[in-house]
Amino acid sequence: MTTEAADPVDAAAIAPAADAGFLQRHGASIEYILIPGAALVAALVVFGIFVALFGKNPLDLYWYMYYGAFGTWFSWQNTLSRAAPLILTALCTALPAQLGMVIIGGEGALLIGALAATSAALALQGMPPLVVQVAMVIAGMTGGGLWILLSGGLRQYRGVNETISSLLLVYIALAILNHLVEGVMRDPASLNKPSTREIGAANMIGSIPGTDVHWGLVFGLILAVASYVLIYHTTFGFAARVAGGNIRAAKIVGLSVGKLILTVCFLAGACAGLAGMVEVAAVQGRTNANLAVGYGFTGILVAFLARQNPLAIIPVAILLGGINASGGLLQRRLGLPDASVLVLQGIIFISVLASDALYGRIGLLKGKS
Amino acid sequence: MIGEDPTPAGAFGVEAIAMTMRFGAFTALDNVELKVRPGSFHALLGENGAGKSTLVKCIMGYYRPTEGDVLIAERERAISNPKDAHAFGLGMVYQHFTLVPAMTVAENLVLARDDVPAVVNWAKEKQELEAFLSRMPFRVPLDAKVSDISAGERQKCEILKQLYLKRRFLILDEPTSVLTPAEADEVLGMLRKMVEAGELTILMITHKFREVMAFADEVTILRRGKLAGRGKVSELTPDDMARMMIGAEQLTVQPSRTGEAGKIRLEVEKLVARDDAGGLAVQDLSLTVRAGEIVGIAGVSGNGQRQLVEVLAGQREAESGAVRVSGAPYSASREEMRRHKMSLLPEEPLKNACVGGMSVADNIALREFDRAPFASGGWWLNKSAFRKDATSKINRYKIKTRTPDTPISALSGGNVQRAVLARELGHDVEVLIAANPCFGLDFAAVAQIHAEIMAARNRGAAVLLVSEDLDELLELSDRLVVMFHGQLVYETRAGEADLTEIGRHMAGH
Repeated sequence: MTTEAADPVDAAAIAPAADAGFLQRHGASIEYILIPGAALVAALVVFGIFVALFGKNPLDLYWYMYYGAFGTWFSWQNTLSRAAPLILTALCTALPAQLGMVIIGGEGALLIGALAATSAALALQGMPPLVVQVAMVIAGMTGGGLWILLSGGLRQYRGVNETISSLLLVYIALAILNHLVEGVMRDPASLNKPSTREIGAANMIGSIPGTDVHWGLVFGLILAVASYVLIYHTTFGFAARVAGGNIRAAKIVGLSVGKLILTVCFLAGACAGLAGMVEVAAVQGRTNANLAVGYGFTGILVAFLARQNPLAIIPVAILLGGINASGGLLQRRLGLPDASVLVLQGIIFISVLASDALYGRIGLLKGKS
Repeated sequence: MIGEDPTPAGAFGVEAIAMTMRFGAFTALDNVELKVRPGSFHALLGENGAGKSTLVKCIMGYYRPTEGDVLIAERERAISNPKDAHAFGLGMVYQHFTLVPAMTVAENLVLARDDVPAVVNWAKEKQELEAFLSRMPFRVPLDAKVSDISAGERQKCEILKQLYLKRRFLILDEPTSVLTPAEADEVLGMLRKMVEAGELTILMITHKFREVMAFADEVTILRRGKLAGRGKVSELTPDDMARMMIGAEQLTVQPSRTGEAGKIRLEVEKLVARDDAGGLAVQDLSLTVRAGEIVGIAGVSGNGQRQLVEVLAGQREAESGAVRVSGAPYSASREEMRRHKMSLLPEEPLKNACVGGMSVADNIALREFDRAPFASGGWWLNKSAFRKDATSKINRYKIKTRTPDTPISALSGGNVQRAVLARELGHDVEVLIAANPCFGLDFAAVAQIHAEIMAARNRGAAVLLVSEDLDELLELSDRLVVMFHGQLVYETRAGEADLTEIGRHMAGH
């Protein structure tokens, strides 16, 4: 049986790779770093032009951004503290993405998680701190999980687009939060800013010893690694990737796609819910509208920049956490509005989405065809 | 006519000389010569990927050949785009229809012209069309909407359109793939008459020997981009042509039919299913398949076969009705598929049965990945077991892939289907459901798949084979049913099948 050049695809598949260059052989992997990297640089250049229009020197801008994010031990700690919730909210987008779903409602799950964790802590006042903290973790994850499960259920049983439903659920979550915080859960002592009562200093989860970085970072790292293992090393993750890659193939081998959707949505929401719990138990100490600062939305950006890979989410979250952290410095030194970093985030998001069109089109990296 | 002499009246010939077409490092056509004599019916034979379409597209100006010339009526012509080809009187009829379904036949014909006036005088056009049709061997209802006429009539319209546009060299790309055998014979027979009358020259791409033997004068055969043979059809047998098409390749020998049908394995009762648009696709369909029996479902594409298979494959919810396997209700769950040892070979395997971005090894393991040895403890993936199983199946099923880790979308159609075959038939099978399993595949793959299906039947599997290829059905089936408008309208034993009778029912008469 002759196998040579039976047809074009075969010929390419059988050809020995030895004569292909390094770039050709690793083209696909290089692309995954090169293209988001280039998108990031392009966004920084556009942002530089934007800043120049304000009469500021873009080079100063880049220096202060670096300095404010990674320049000192202090800024590193600030960056890492902000990266922690971003890792968790990014997982809320990255896990359903394995199933081909686009969930952008991590912010809502974060708020519900925070409310649930606060409620648990307030209900268990007087118990040993460890018990309260464990209860907060469970409540936060369950609350967030159920919230995104709503999106999954709407999609599975009613055919509602999960992107839209998860986004709209953010506003419902915010409304519920405001309603409770200004109503039954309000601490009478909180006058200007309606808040719940404090969960108590003893119940705060505190910082990693020797740093000002709270334990939320460790939660984020653990869940990111666990998500990676779940997706790439377990039968559950395999089934999810099959369903995400081709739902018709999943059905023909009898996989229960509905069950996968619901489970993954719950897990995704649980991650964002944990972010809410961390914000309450490590930063705010109570629930109020301050929680809605957009970690959930930045998490979407992190997940897309990391191409939905849970391990890649870690460095990307640190990078984005750094950009967030530098916002204050930009305001103080360059007199830029605090919201400037949001503009930068928006530009990054657009350029990352646009750069998606480049995959497989860079001639230098193409395999021989 | 772009300033050159128009081609002479009557039929003219076309020659392609030393055609070479390279796409990057891949040579699709290698120094191929094609000579179509004026007023002849010429067949272009070859397997998928042999370069037939590439050659024709070079002639029609869709591709610029890397080397080579085209001679029209013995004069060298530069054809840089399809418009040039049309101006020289060359026309092409595609496998798929290019008519606007919502418009009438007359509107479609007039609008295909290059010189449609801004305001069409329909009364005058109609008269001219009538006059034109009276000179043509076939009739089509001018005022009927294209969406209301049958596939055969549509194909006639496509051909009439080319004649109406005064094209006298027609290239037909597998023109009968959507027609019943009777419709195919009618259309080709009429074209044959026009060729004999000296009005037309025809170049037909096909892979059906029957049509070549019945209608063509001469044949050119391509294999892997090279000229593999040519000659007068009257001096060749189908065996000669097959040998030229496939070369020295050894085909899998199909085992002979052994054993008798046993108990009922698959039972479909009063099944109703809708298509994506919500229309009734399968209506009150009942069917049984016994162990050790192949039941073939014939029918023109689009009569509900796909929806029926999708329901059985778990890809579509049934509206009502029941499916039972070995007497137990069946809802296409993983557990039921395992218990009843079900295997599915859907059409378009890359779209229906594989995850393109995942590796060959992963795709081969889709049915078994959550059991030992692929999963330890039922949840931890054991990657080395994936690779080991895939390597042995790749060898056994002759899947051409660089490594087991290559994404399956990088494989050719035949090899994707072989990978699915390895997964679905690599173990005991009690029920096999196959839909157009050989569509678009080369001879070696077809022979291998047919042999596997027959072997599964001989081992006692109940096989439901849905196909648009009647020859395939007649060759493999024990029992043959015809599906029309979502219902089974005719049943016969394959051994006693009458082609005309089957064709009549396929067309709904």
